[in-house]
Amino acid sequence: MTISTEETPSASDEGAVVPALQLRHASKSFGSVIALHDISLHVDPGTVTCVLGDNGAGKSTLIKILSGVHQPSDGALLVAGKEEKFGSPRDALAAGIATVFQDLATVPLMSVWRNFFLGNEPVKGFGPFQFLESAKARRICREELLAMGIDIRDLEQPVGTLSGGERQAVAIARAVYFGAKVLILDEPTSALGVKQSGVVLKYILQARERGIAVVFITHNPHHAFMVGDRFYLLNRGRLRNEFVRDKVTREELVKAMAGGAELEALAHELESVSR
Amino acid sequence: MEGSHDRHCSTGRRAAGPNLSDTRLLRRPELGALLGAIVIYIMFAVFDTTGNFATITGTARWTDVAATVGIVAVPVALLMIAGEFDLSAGVMIGTSGLLAGLLTTEYNLSMWPAILITLAFAAGIGLINGWLVMLTGLPSFIVTLAMFFSLRGLNLGVTKGLTDTVRVAGVDQVPGYDSAAKIFASTFWNPYDFRISVAWWIAVTIVATTVLTQTRFGNWIYAIGGDMNAARNTGVPVRRAKISLFVLTSMSAALVGIMSLLRLRSMQAGQGVGEEFTFIIAAVVGGCLLTGGFGSAIGASIGASIIGMAFIGIAYAGWNTDWSWLFLGVILFIAVLVNTFIGRRARGAKK
Repeated sequence: MTISTEETPSASDEGAVVPALQLRHASKSFGSVIALHDISLHVDPGTVTCVLGDNGAGKSTLIKILSGVHQPSDGALLVAGKEEKFGSPRDALAAGIATVFQDLATVPLMSVWRNFFLGNEPVKGFGPFQFLESAKARRICREELLAMGIDIRDLEQPVGTLSGGERQAVAIARAVYFGAKVLILDEPTSALGVKQSGVVLKYILQARERGIAVVFITHNPHHAFMVGDRFYLLNRGRLRNEFVRDKVTREELVKAMAGGAELEALAHELESVSR
Repeated sequence: MEGSHDRHCSTGRRAAGPNLSDTRLLRRPELGALLGAIVIYIMFAVFDTTGNFATITGTARWTDVAATVGIVAVPVALLMIAGEFDLSAGVMIGTSGLLAGLLTTEYNLSMWPAILITLAFAAGIGLINGWLVMLTGLPSFIVTLAMFFSLRGLNLGVTKGLTDTVRVAGVDQVPGYDSAAKIFASTFWNPYDFRISVAWWIAVTIVATTVLTQTRFGNWIYAIGGDMNAARNTGVPVRRAKISLFVLTSMSAALVGIMSLLRLRSMQAGQGVGEEFTFIIAAVVGGCLLTGGFGSAIGASIGASIIGMAFIGIAYAGWNTDWSWLFLGVILFIAVLVNTFIGRRARGAKK
């Protein structure tokens, strides 16, 4: 809590960096239920901002506010320093905020390149005679995937035959290609094994290297620690902690995430059971 | 044996495997239908008692049957790829034939305006089908089944009410009949006399194939049937695309209705009833998944060819034609079995 008050002014003072995305005292309530309370956070270009929280912490509500599905009931959402009000995810997308949701929005039976351009197919021609530029689409798709470090040999293969990590990569590469300045990833590693998670974490870093502001939402502090530059911890709709890289250890992060004392108590309890 | 082959496939995909072109071929939805069509063609050529089946004349006969199935089966396949059914496509043939017939014989319109009004009417029916499906969220199976029965009743009721019989006749007396018949119901390539409907069928197949593989709309059709939410989330206009497909299906049925009216010079009130399942059989035999997201226009046309060959082949073999439907039933089952098997292989046993 104290860190947060120290950190915020220093970042905005000397850092001439304008946050790509910022929430200022944002709250969200559904009727009498307060889902989020007084959340202030900022996401800088070329960094990975991790939002950590357990189930029910308010992560999904936060994503939905950032991606334009919901509007904050109170407070403001700033994009590149300017206040914005999104009516729909489409508005957010137009402002360069792309969200990769857990279902990935890919069609399993369709080929990789057709999925990559779905809804934004490049066409050539006039009037009713507009045809897909499939050679160009394939070339771009291959280049973009290679730039992310993914080599898919056959772009005609259905997306459903790719591994979970590769599918995640296609969705990320697609968002990056279509002009995302802010990339929001909703639990991209939650359904993956250790190896596949590693692959996805690599893509997150690749996206960061391209100057994109990445918002990485997860409940796994280990994954967050490996790639994050800044960490926000959500708990029951409130921002509990804010950490920056190099000023926090993995243990601190895990402990804070698990609710510190609670976890110790649980460990103690488990020990007594096993004895 | 099987297991080891599967494993070989999946590793081959990651390493530089030599079987890339194989899987690509296996992924084609119409592969099973094509193999089936070849087998059936050879079979009927062997059992043929007239010596005509494997000749150009014989081809002209079975393509005649196949064309009237194929012209509607192709849009039905597109609709099925998008995840919807149209059970009113069969009865729509009767409705449109009767409408064009009644407009000309009872209301003294000449042939061409009647044809245009009929096509517009069919588009309207398709629009209603599509709107109802999208608006109510009910399965298209139910919505179009209701449309099927409604039109069936309307066909009988209106025809009886206006003509006191169950058929409309005397269309060949109407002005404009000759020019319309030239375009919709003539023959070409003397002396074999292929029906003009075969040319229409081929054109419909080529256009539909181009749309499916080369246009945005085609991409959307696959996406909508494959995963409607994903399609919507990526900005595909799901509602508009689906309604367009219902309209196209209904209009293609009207085209066949107009063709048979001009060819037979009359129309029975019960015409076309039952055909809707023939179209669906053709699409499914051609490799369309009933659940949507997979299939092709060429496949539906190959399916239509199989149906055409079966009807003519059984007659040429000197067998009782009553068996045609049994034959089709068995073919349908085998085709779906083979397609499912191939499809599972090609998709690497994942969904």
